Formats: sequence, structure tokens, C-alpha cells
Amino acid sequence: MLEIRDVGKTYGSGAGETRAIERVSFTIEAGELVCVVGPSGCGKTTLLKCVAGLLRPTEGEIVLRGRQVTDPPEEMALVFQEYSRSLMPWASVRDNVLLPLRHKDLSKRRRAELVEEAVGAVGLTRFMDRYPWQLSGGMQQRVAIARALAYQPEILLMDEPFASVDAQTRGDLEDLVLRVRDEFEITILFVTHDIDESVYLSDRIVVLTHAPTEVREVIGVDLPRPRDQIETKELAEFARLRAHVYRLIKRQLEPAPETSVPLRGTDV
Amino acid sequence: MRLRRPGDDSARSGRGRVSGRARGVALRAVDAAVPVVSVLAAAGIWEAVSRAGLIDERDLPAMSTTVGELWSLVQTSAFWTAFGYTVRGWAIGLGLAAALAVPIGIGLGSSPIAAAAFRVPIEFLRPIPSAALIPLLFLTLGTNLKSEVFLATFGAFWPLLVQTMYGVRDVDPVAVDTARSFGVGRAERLYRITLPGAVPYIATGVRISSTVSLILAFTAELFMGTPGLGQAVNVAQAYGLTDQLYALALATGFLGVAIHAATTAVERRLLRWHPSQRGEVRT
Amino acid sequence: MTARAYRAVKVAAELAVPLAILAAWQLWTVASDSAKFPRPTTIAVEFRRLWLFSEFGTHVAPSLERIGLGFAIAVLVGVALGVPLGLSGVARRAAMPHIEYWRAIPPPALLPISIVLLHSIGNLQKVSFIAFFCIFPVLLNTIDGVRGIEPVLLETARSYGVPPLARIRRIVLPAALPQIVAGMRNSLALAVIMMVLSEYFSSTNGVGYVLLISKNTFQLVPMWAAILLIGLLGYVLNLLFLLVERRVLAWHRGWRASVA
Repeated sequence: MLEIRDVGKTYGSGAGETRAIERVSFTIEAGELVCVVGPSGCGKTTLLKCVAGLLRPTEGEIVLRGRQVTDPPEEMALVFQEYSRSLMPWASVRDNVLLPLRHKDLSKRRRAELVEEAVGAVGLTRFMDRYPWQLSGGMQQRVAIARALAYQPEILLMDEPFASVDAQTRGDLEDLVLRVRDEFEITILFVTHDIDESVYLSDRIVVLTHAPTEVREVIGVDLPRPRDQIETKELAEFARLRAHVYRLIKRQLEPAPETSVPLRGTDV
Repeated sequence: MRLRRPGDDSARSGRGRVSGRARGVALRAVDAAVPVVSVLAAAGIWEAVSRAGLIDERDLPAMSTTVGELWSLVQTSAFWTAFGYTVRGWAIGLGLAAALAVPIGIGLGSSPIAAAAFRVPIEFLRPIPSAALIPLLFLTLGTNLKSEVFLATFGAFWPLLVQTMYGVRDVDPVAVDTARSFGVGRAERLYRITLPGAVPYIATGVRISSTVSLILAFTAELFMGTPGLGQAVNVAQAYGLTDQLYALALATGFLGVAIHAATTAVERRLLRWHPSQRGEVRT
Repeated sequence: MTARAYRAVKVAAELAVPLAILAAWQLWTVASDSAKFPRPTTIAVEFRRLWLFSEFGTHVAPSLERIGLGFAIAVLVGVALGVPLGLSGVARRAAMPHIEYWRAIPPPALLPISIVLLHSIGNLQKVSFIAFFCIFPVLLNTIDGVRGIEPVLLETARSYGVPPLARIRRIVLPAALPQIVAGMRNSLALAVIMMVLSEYFSSTNGVGYVLLISKNTFQLVPMWAAILLIGLLGYVLNLLFLLVERRVLAWHRGWRASVA
């Protein structure tokens, strides 16, 4: 459904040129939850912005259902890490969630319905008329997620959304993402630097190298669903996958073991 | 790695690094040319509008005429004398205002009681436009340098006072407490910690006050006839010398720009080390 | 000194000092008995006689009208120009030399020119003069406000496909509003000054005109009353503005408090 083909990205010109992404390729099938992990500064955010149509890749292309992505496509929604900065401080939770719907061809009633549904799905119905800055960090991020949900995207892109949230809240939010994926049948591309999180959430993990970035390996995650913060993390397979990803990131010379799922265009 | 703003990039696929560098130089040259072209275009429009008679040339002399007039003025000593008087009025006004406002501001800023005591008088005196005092000065001090200086000082005093007070109050309490715990005396704390912290604010105050002082010095000259550029403008108008009127206004503008540029440069320099979110305090 | 005693002294000072100054002023003017410095009480009486309300319609109303019109035009133009200049670096670079010149020139330098150019000493000339110079605080603050908008906010709107005009209406303007309002406040104070200057220079009515006439006829008491009125005018206008600002920017205060 979504293909990232041979994407490369260079910033700047002349002496200040930076090669952020060298060559990254992978695909995402409908309904999948794919996590992208990599060391700090490896261009994960850049990649996500290219996929989202906010940046143009220097080489390669993003193909969504056969059409090239040049501008933010309608079927995609993006959730940033800096939730507090992505919410409008002059608007209530309700109006914030309403923003993406305003220019869509929907009746006022339908918009209100979508907003109520989405805010309800993240459990913030009581706070509809509060301002974002009156809420905690975790709640603000939930508002951002609600906004993405109300938009009814087919693909949800999430850029380290829980990095600035405390550990306990993070667990709740991770489960929220899983619930939302099941309930709304959305495809999710999730960028993170938290290895546990990537193994916990995904169907597949794309491991990136440091800059100039390439795909190190794509790993299939065969853990049972529904996932649970305690039970899933007690499984031996979880520990093994986790260790494997960790090694890939920490020591990038490790050869790929046989259990990983190779995909076309992947470097091993 | 600095992220570019979204939307302002172009897809350049596969071009080499050399052309990237050349592109950078070309872009910077265009960047520098834009303001120059803009000024030339405006000058051109001015010339055209006047010469074509869209606005009568008697009301709006052509750019070339005005610049020519300015050029001849600049070669007269009378012009520079007037220029010097205005600068003198500005300088004394600003200097006196600083000499008064900074110490008073430090005093009021350091003592909440004093600040509370004088809050109401300040709030009442501050908004009085100095311009309103012109007739009063005319009748009391007379039409001379004293009036001009008083006016300029009165106007320039308040922004500096407020900025100094804010600067003193804005000092980092942790730094002050640390000094106190080391037994550093009150005077030395003021000198070593509070004042350096207040300097950027004072610099901003000087910039604002400098502008006010120039306006008021000129205003005094225009309305009271004390010698200077303002008086020259008044005379030019009285005698219907439109060319000279425009030339003098143009020159006054340049003086204003020069002063503004100088004070802004000083302010920026002094602001450089001060912690991030500094902006002009909204008075 | 205990905390309570300290607070008590503070409140006492805040009340006592202004009263003391007023009393001293009264005493000094009584003692010196100079025509140029009438007693505060005399001024107060004259103030009431003139401005409440016999001469209000003749002079205060036209002055307020000029301030109002000039300010309104300045705000509209300042914001209308400031938004595109804030968004476009190229436009800004082209406009900067002009902005830097006009904001630095002492406004009175253009008083005679405004009369010559517009062939008028009436409202057209006054309002134009006021409006022209009052544009700059709003313009500069709008540019700063727009430039300082949180990029994540704009990216979010873009990623949701919000069209450009809607982005300006729903994100750029509200986000820049606190800064724009600060510029408006400065502009309002400037409008009062510009009004006085332009009326004093040449007018047939208005508060500035009263100043001029009382100077020409050596009437000190009405002059002081006019000065008092001008000060009060500026104060009251500023106060009203602050009240409106408080309501409009309530969200901003809350937000700043939460991130502090």
C-alpha cells in the first residue's frame, strides 16, 4: 500500500551540505503497524516528514497506492513528538480536534460527531472545553491523537510521540495506539528510539543505521495479539527480539540472524 | 543538522556538489540585491509620479530635484550648523535623561517600597505626551536651548526609567542568593550581579529613548523656533521653499536612521550574552 | 522588619506619597503665587468647567475622532502588510529599507509636507498623518509575531491539508495576536501624541488647538487644564485598551503561566 522507494535526502548546499538519508526502502501493507527504530540523529524524523509529504526527498519517491506523494496526502495524519507545540493554545480541546475537519466536505453535525467519537476514544470527553495547557503532557498527546483520529486517516504517522511523556503514561498511550489500530483499522508507521516500545507495538520493525541512513534490517515481530504490558513483556521471544534490535543498533556490524524476514531492497 | 522549513525545498535529484555550492553563492547575491532593487524602484516611482504630473511638481518635487537640493544644502555651512544644533539637543536630552533615569531606576527597581510609593505618580506623568508641554515651555523657559533640552529630557526619561527598573527587577534571584550566601555585601551585589544583568535592558531603553529625544528636539525646533533642522523646516515652509522643505525632511530622516542604527547596533552587542528570551519590554 | 510590617509600609507609601506630592505642589504654588504655575485646585476647577462638558463636543470629540480613525486605519494596514511580510522572506527584504527609513524619521518633519501634499489642514491631513506613523508599531510587531510562530503548529496544519488562506486565518493570526496587540497598544499611545502635534501645528479645533490658542493668548490655566486632559486621555485610552486585551488574550496568559 505504501512504498518507500530508494529515498535519499540531502540538506543544504555547498560546504554546509548534509547527507541525512542515504538510501532507504521498505514497504508497508494495509493494516500493519510498522515501527522505525534507529540510533539518535539517524534521520528518522526526516524520513517521516518525507513520507508525510512535508519534505521532498532528494532522490527516490514515496508511493501511496500507486500514486507518488508530493504534498501531504489526504489519507495521512501525522502526530508529532512535541504535542504541546502542535496544539493551538487559544483553542479548546474540541476546537483543536475540529481543525483538520473544517476544510473537509462534511456537515457541521457530522464534524461534531467525529470530534466526539475521537475525543471519546482517547478518554478525554470530560475535558472537551478545556484548553490544552490546562492538561497534563500525556493528556495533551491524547488530544493530538484524537485530532488525528477525527480526521479518519487510513495511515497514521507517529514521530516519537511518547518520547516526552513519563514512563507510566507511555504504557497507557501505547495500549491506546493498539486499541485505536484495532478499532479503526488504521495502518500505522511509528517512529521511535525506544526499543521496548518498538517490539511491543509492531508487526514489523525497520531498523535504520546512523546517518547517512540506510535500512539495516527489517524484522518480523511474531508476538501474540492482543499485546499486554506485563504478559507480552514476560515472553522469551520478546526478550530475544529486543536484544536483537538492541544489538543491531548498538553494534552495527552484527550479521542478521536467520529469523528475520528479508524484504526486497533491504541491505543485510 | 538544521531542518529547513517545510515547503521551501526543491527536489534536486542527482546533481553534484559543485553546482550546489555555486547555487548557494547565487542565492546569496540575489538576497543582497533585493533591498537595493527595492530602493531603486521606489526612487524611480517617485521620480515618475512627480515628473508625470500625477502629483503636481509644486507639491511633490521630483526625486532628482530633491536630491539635488539636498546636495547643494549639504555644501552650505548653514545646513551643518542646523544639523549640529539638532544633534546637540538630542545628545544633551538623551544624556540628561540617562543620568537621571538610570540611578533613579536602579533605586526604584531595587526597593519594592520605593517602587510602590512612586508607582502612581509615574503612571500619571508617564503618559503625558511631551508635545503637550510645548506651549508651557514656550511661556516659562522661553524659546531656547533650555526648552528644547527640557522637552527632550522629559520625553526620553520615562522609557529609560521603566526599562532600568525592569532590568534591575529581572535579575536572576538564584545569582543574588548565591552571592548573599557568600557574604557579598549589598553594594557589591548591586555592582557585580544586578547591574550587569540590567545592562541589556538599559541598552534597549537607550535605543527607545534616543528615538524619543530626537523627535522632541526636532519638535521643539519646529514649534518654538530654537535653532536646528526643525526650525529650518519651519522656515522653508513659511517661505514656500518646497524643494528645500523636502530636502530637509529627507536629511532629517537620514539622521534618524543613523541614530537608530547606531543605538540598535549597541543594543544588539550588549544583548548577545543575555539569556535567550529577551525582547523589548512592552511598556 | 517583619513581613507584615513591610507590607504595611508598602501600602502606606503607595497611598501617602502621591498625596504628599499633590499637597506639596499645592503649597508651593500658593506660596509662589506665579501666574505660570497655578494651583492644582484652580486647574481642577478650570478642568471641570471646560471639559465636563461644555467644550467637550467642540474640541475633545474631534480629537478623539481623529485618534480613532487614524488608529483603526493604522491597525488594518499594519496587520494587512505585516502578515505577508512576516511570511515571505523576500518581501521582507524588499520592504525593509523603506520600513527602516519611515520608522526612524521624526514624524514632525513630515507635518509641513503632509499639509502641502494633501492640500488640507482638516481631518484628511490629520488622520493621514496619525495613521501613517501609527502603522509602524503594529507593522513591526505583526512581522515579529508572524515570524515567531511555532513551526510545528504550521506543519501540523499543512499535514492535515488545511488550505493556505485558512492557515492564515486560523493559525497565523491567532498565534501572532499577542504580539500584534502589544504593537496596537504602542500605536494607540503614539496616536495621542500625533494628534496633539498635528493639531498644535495647524488646526481649527481639537485639544491641540486649545493648547495653541491658550499659549497665544497667554491663558495659563486653560493651558494646564488642556495638558491635564491630554494626560488623562492617554491614560484612559490605555486603560480601556488593557481591559479589552485582558479578555481577548485570556488564553495567552494562561498558556504562558503553564509553560513558565
